[in-house]
Amino acid sequence: MATTLRIKDHWSEQRLFTRRVIVSALFVFGLTTLVLWRLAQLQVAGYDYFSAQSQGNRIRIQPMPPTRGLIFDRSGNVLAENTPSYQLELIPEQVPDLDQTLTRLAESDLIAAEDIGELRALIDSHRRFDSIAIRQRLDDDDVARFAVQRPRFPGVEIRARLARNYPYGEAMSHAIGYVGGINAAEKRELDESDYAGTSLIGKVSIERTYEDELHGQVGHAEVLVNARGRIMDTLGNDMARPGADLILTLDSRTQLVAWEAMAGRRGAVVAIAPDTGEILTFISSPSYDANAFSSGLTRKEFNALQTDLDRPLFNRALRGAYPPGSTIKPILALGGLHHGAMSPDEKDYCIGFFQLPGKSHRYRDWKPQGHGPMDMHDAIAESCDVYFYKLATKLEIDRMANFLQRFGLGEQTGVDLGGEKAGLVPDPGWKRRSFSNRGDQVWFPGETVITGIGQGYLLATPLQLAHATATIAARGNRYRPTMLKGRRDPTTGEIVYTDPEPLKPVGVDDDEQWDRIHSAMNAVLQGDNGTARAVGMDAPLTMAGKSGTAQVFTVAQDEEYDAEEISERMRDHALFIAFAPLQAPRIAVAVIVENGESGSRTAAPIARSVIETYLAESS
Amino acid sequence: MSAVLLGSRRQRDLTALARLLRGLHLDGFLLAGIAAVMAVGLLAGFSAGGQSSTVVWGQAVRMGAALATMVLIAQVPPVWLRRTSPWAYAMGFGLLALVLIAGDVGKGAQRWLDFGLRFQPSEIMKLAVPMMLAALLHDRPLPPSAGLIAACLGLIFAPVALIALQPDLGTAILIALSGAAVVFLAGIGAAYIIGALGLVFVSLPALWYLVMHDYQKRRVLTLINPDSDPLGAGYHIIQSKIAIGSGGLFGKGWLNGSQGQLEFLPERSTDFIFAVIGEEFGLLGAVSLLLIYLFIVGRGLVIATTAQDTFSRLLAGSISLTFFFYIFVNTAMVTGLVPVVGVPLPLVSLGGTSMVTLLAGFGILMSIQTHRKLLAQ
Repeated sequence: MATTLRIKDHWSEQRLFTRRVIVSALFVFGLTTLVLWRLAQLQVAGYDYFSAQSQGNRIRIQPMPPTRGLIFDRSGNVLAENTPSYQLELIPEQVPDLDQTLTRLAESDLIAAEDIGELRALIDSHRRFDSIAIRQRLDDDDVARFAVQRPRFPGVEIRARLARNYPYGEAMSHAIGYVGGINAAEKRELDESDYAGTSLIGKVSIERTYEDELHGQVGHAEVLVNARGRIMDTLGNDMARPGADLILTLDSRTQLVAWEAMAGRRGAVVAIAPDTGEILTFISSPSYDANAFSSGLTRKEFNALQTDLDRPLFNRALRGAYPPGSTIKPILALGGLHHGAMSPDEKDYCIGFFQLPGKSHRYRDWKPQGHGPMDMHDAIAESCDVYFYKLATKLEIDRMANFLQRFGLGEQTGVDLGGEKAGLVPDPGWKRRSFSNRGDQVWFPGETVITGIGQGYLLATPLQLAHATATIAARGNRYRPTMLKGRRDPTTGEIVYTDPEPLKPVGVDDDEQWDRIHSAMNAVLQGDNGTARAVGMDAPLTMAGKSGTAQVFTVAQDEEYDAEEISERMRDHALFIAFAPLQAPRIAVAVIVENGESGSRTAAPIARSVIETYLAESS
Repeated sequence: MSAVLLGSRRQRDLTALARLLRGLHLDGFLLAGIAAVMAVGLLAGFSAGGQSSTVVWGQAVRMGAALATMVLIAQVPPVWLRRTSPWAYAMGFGLLALVLIAGDVGKGAQRWLDFGLRFQPSEIMKLAVPMMLAALLHDRPLPPSAGLIAACLGLIFAPVALIALQPDLGTAILIALSGAAVVFLAGIGAAYIIGALGLVFVSLPALWYLVMHDYQKRRVLTLINPDSDPLGAGYHIIQSKIAIGSGGLFGKGWLNGSQGQLEFLPERSTDFIFAVIGEEFGLLGAVSLLLIYLFIVGRGLVIATTAQDTFSRLLAGSISLTFFFYIFVNTAMVTGLVPVVGVPLPLVSLGGTSMVTLLAGFGILMSIQTHRKLLAQ
């Protein structure tokens, strides 16, 4: 290239740079002078004017926190409300001796002596003129005791505030959630002006999902304050707008029946209306009392909940992933019909075990002597494992996985509760992706076999199982599970109902195939040989169901259980799914009792009482 | 001359101090200026932060961390800085792109998490952009050719566009200005400068109608007439002017500013802390603070002119001028000269991670100053 070559001339570049710096410096001086001139204009020329503005009575905008929306069940029972409660508040700048005051309060049993350290930290983190709540939910005794000694506590006052109250306590906690103090992480996420004057925010489940609607809109009062910030007069209001009331799909009576039927055992019960996706029952057991959270839990109480072996804070219905066991047999049978892998009336002889061609390993049936000749109907009713081992090898893993996914297994249902688990539907592709060791990446034929009875890698949440059951009941029509039936405007009382959200249907249009599955599931409860006939025989209405048992194959090694505890926790999980009435299903339910051993004996009675309670009530 | 008048003992102490500073590669003038501003920051922070000692301690810890970063960076010779410039730029750019892709996943509730992630790459770019440009121009003949200028503008535009898309217009503008400062100091011709200014002027209507959000437009409009919406968008400016104006010549005294203490002034501990200073320390205090700032900027420019290679000169100049932009934009905003943009008062506003970046910049200035003589000998 024949361009003129320019060479760096350091001397001239240095001079050029210096000139530019001088220009920059002039620029800097110019702009600084501009700011200085402005300051002089405000502080010298405008002093009298601005001084008068700041001297006179000052108008201050004071936040007025909105009332949190109420929560109702589907028939109008209150699930969460705001009740007045008395709390002790302290204004640091009005307290002459903080340590003495706190010690005296502890002596009078108004605060706990062991909380003094934490209270000090809380007080230090606030401004000196803020009113800080140091004790919530005073009872009448406390109020009286404080009133007598009031002169001993300058700067401490009793205030009435609204506190969140959950009338149903433990039975509803996992479904509704609770409110608690705003923590540092939440403080960063939210717009602080929206939460001025409030110290509570929804923490989990409904209280959290619909936080924005429940919270409402903060109002402002224009008040006249003196130089020390004391309110002299209120000039005007921009009223707070209360949060929307929520009407949930839950049915309280069914919920309570299910809660009592679980009797504190570990497990979950979820019931769904098949034609809308509305969640009627949502139990995770054991549970905790949401009222304790909204009134402020001590560290000790919280630790006790967190370290409890039964994990009461764990939402099993939403986040517990269990092997579904035999409860998926109806779905796989439908898959077999849909793909023509099985002809339903052909009888297959069950000898109590199954072998893959050329292999010696025996896949055993739960009934060691075998079921004898089995068609599809009997295989579902009696839960014959061998029949489904064969069905699995004929359907093959890819079609099987695809069919399970059509019922929503292996992916989040998208329910309006946060933190849902997706479960797992395994297939060869998943195995390749998930294992780093080459040898583990291969999909073995035996894994296809055991997937046929819902064992192996397959995992589903109780919510997913209930959704899949509802889908069976609704003949393949799917609706997103939801807890929200409608919203009520608290001022006008006007209710706006939400519409069911249809999901992609299963895609099996042959009604005869559905009839076969429904009739086989009916036989589980009400046939001569059904696994749960003891539960279903005397029932006044026609029900359909399927039992399941899931092996517990992992026990945490690092936790110390005593011998009895281990054996109890090694027992199989009991599962049962059911829907009713058979002809026009209105409720579908999934029950899991951890270590309950037998689906038909332990879980099925719970399912039946949920169904009967709901249908008796709504008919 | 004055050294002769000093007692010999004091002279010895002074030379010992000078030796210590030099051993640590620190510049005494800059350090003194920074310390003075930080002291003002802690005083004003205590007053504006509701007189809470935890708030001030938190700020002191942040200052300590930032100072440590500065000392650390001052040890790195400018030559190394120059060699790492392209890598720093590439890394910052990559992270910016990544954040933009990842940022789309979680909108709504995840907004602030995104903010936490997105913050860091743009912080890197505050230094990486001027470093990259200075390194590029380092061994090229100056003033730069038209092609070189185009390359520089490209290197500025790409990250600025990504940051503006986030959207974080304030940071984007400051980074663009830091790059523009390098190009200006490199000696581009007057024709280019006039052309660029003309272009900005012409594109203002387009900016107004196509780029700016409604809330940004409202800020500009309230600047012209704050009383049109005294409880809404105009509230900040009105309260800020009352705070400063009522401070008068000598101020109302520390912790006695009613505007700040009674919470009339919004964001008084962050972007509007200059108004608290104006109210409590008066014109005298505000002007003193500005003079200390001016001293720091001046010292930075002196370091730039005495630097011995092109990279060091350009980088030192750009860092000093960018620091001044911060001061000007913030003080002009608080006094109602320019619209409200979210730029903190450097080294004084409470919170924020930008202090680490600022002091990293001063670390570079100190490195340039203190490695100079070693190179010359």
